[in-house]
Amino acid sequence: MQRYIERTIASLVAASERAAISEQVAFSGGALQCVDPRVKVASLFALIVVVAASRRLSVIAALFAIAAVLAVASHVRMRRLAGWVWLPVLFFTGAIAAPAIFLTPGHAIGFGITEQGLRAAAFLIGRAETASTLSALLVLTTPWPWVLKALRIFRCPMIVVAILGMTYRYIFVILQTALEMFEARQSRTVGVLPLAERRRLASSAAGVLLSKSVQMSGEVHQAMRSRGFRGEVHVLQDFRARAADWCWLAGFGLLVAASFWYGR
Amino acid sequence: MKRAFNTQMVPLLSVFAAFSFIIMMFNLPLPGGTTGHAVGVGIATIVLGPWASILGISIALIIQAVFFGDGGITTLGANCFNMAIIGSLATYAIYRMIAGRSALTSARRVIAAGVAGYIAINLAALAAAIEFGIQPLLFHDASGAPLYAPYPLRIAIPAMMIGHLTIAGLAEMVVSAGVVAYLQRSEPSLLRRTAPGAEEGSAAAANLRPLWFALAGLLILTPLGILATGSAWGESTPVPTPRGLRALSSFWTAPMPQYAPPFLKSPGFGYLLSAMTGTGLIMLLVSFAGWLIHIRSVRGRPRAG
Repeated sequence: MQRYIERTIASLVAASERAAISEQVAFSGGALQCVDPRVKVASLFALIVVVAASRRLSVIAALFAIAAVLAVASHVRMRRLAGWVWLPVLFFTGAIAAPAIFLTPGHAIGFGITEQGLRAAAFLIGRAETASTLSALLVLTTPWPWVLKALRIFRCPMIVVAILGMTYRYIFVILQTALEMFEARQSRTVGVLPLAERRRLASSAAGVLLSKSVQMSGEVHQAMRSRGFRGEVHVLQDFRARAADWCWLAGFGLLVAASFWYGR
Repeated sequence: MKRAFNTQMVPLLSVFAAFSFIIMMFNLPLPGGTTGHAVGVGIATIVLGPWASILGISIALIIQAVFFGDGGITTLGANCFNMAIIGSLATYAIYRMIAGRSALTSARRVIAAGVAGYIAINLAALAAAIEFGIQPLLFHDASGAPLYAPYPLRIAIPAMMIGHLTIAGLAEMVVSAGVVAYLQRSEPSLLRRTAPGAEEGSAAAANLRPLWFALAGLLILTPLGILATGSAWGESTPVPTPRGLRALSSFWTAPMPQYAPPFLKSPGFGYLLSAMTGTGLIMLLVSFAGWLIHIRSVRGRPRAG
């Protein structure tokens, strides 16, 4: 029982900590932090698409190396990147890809391993690692509200952007509520509860959270209405691109075009 | 989509997407000592309805993929299609089909939620497995090496389904059924949106339902009495009737003596008819008594104003 509650608390705290650290890094003044969020969103998304579309391992490896260099230049610690992105992706995708080394039909190179199997596994892991690193770079170097505002350049409806922003904010409110519920339960629990009781605890906790969430949405709606919300969302501040941002855009543009050309 | 976006839906969707995101983090203890994570699509559909659930779960998946790097950006479309669209629509169809017009507090709704969550998450997994399985056919390099998912359908489908039929499906079932059971006790109005025409029966009426089923079962089993040999213990034992009572024996003659109405030739059918008549009379009497009690309670209630 204790271990179950502790595990749940640990996963909730980890998500909270991760968001706090991301925010801290996003304001640390590294190379990517100084780039206009619109340029970053467009360029890094384009690079992720190129990674997904590439048919050459060398192009994927080169983009991974460039992402690592950008991380260093943006004050993102390698250890953090490894702990948050590289190792989890390696374990998860590696577990999926490993049997392919043996199961994929093709030219055998010994121990039941085929050349095509090795390439398939390398493609799968390489793509997942590189795309995850690029997406982590975007989030680690840009405050979330700026990412959302930048989404407008993709003609994403304003209302969707507003919902994404509110969802992000309420994740932490509900996260805090869930954390307090589990901590309160932990402080009252002595001994080991049977499995069925643990299941009941989890579903009751989910039920309480649901009730609170619905109640909160009603209160938020009333608060929004009282401030004049009639379904229209307006943004007060706009980004302004500087000369350096245009240079970054040109550089990323070249990189995307070259990677796409060589990766065909 | 525009119709769904009235002003109330904006905070409701936001908060619900945040709720789904948190639910995905819960470790759920499952039979066998393992744990699993639910998607929350079952309970989101039951509370919000299918269309709002599609949007809510998609938003949770977008934040999970973009901000927490979990799920993939280029696979977002497929993830939303599998989990949000297939999951929500399947949950809604199965939940409505099983729950029918039962009362909001009925145990049938708990079962419906559990079954709907379980089947919906497995259908979503099957869709994902098919998407994986056709990739080696569509995308491979000159040497024949698969460029994306490397396994054909015959491997992808069992690999995905084993985990979902056992762990992930059970996790979704536990959350869906558990939360519906909790809401029935604490806030049944939240279940109203996907229960049009639900009976307004109280919890007490819902609790009586198993007894009605048991009674119907006993009635169906009545013919077993015809098959039994001999007679019930003690019933045929001759007992000397006291002289005083013997004088009253002609005062009342039973219309169906010995469970055999005189106007029927077949003793078996007479036995059945007796059972049905007796049960019917008891139900009529109880209903009449209930009606009298109801009338008295309504008259005794203080009037407003």
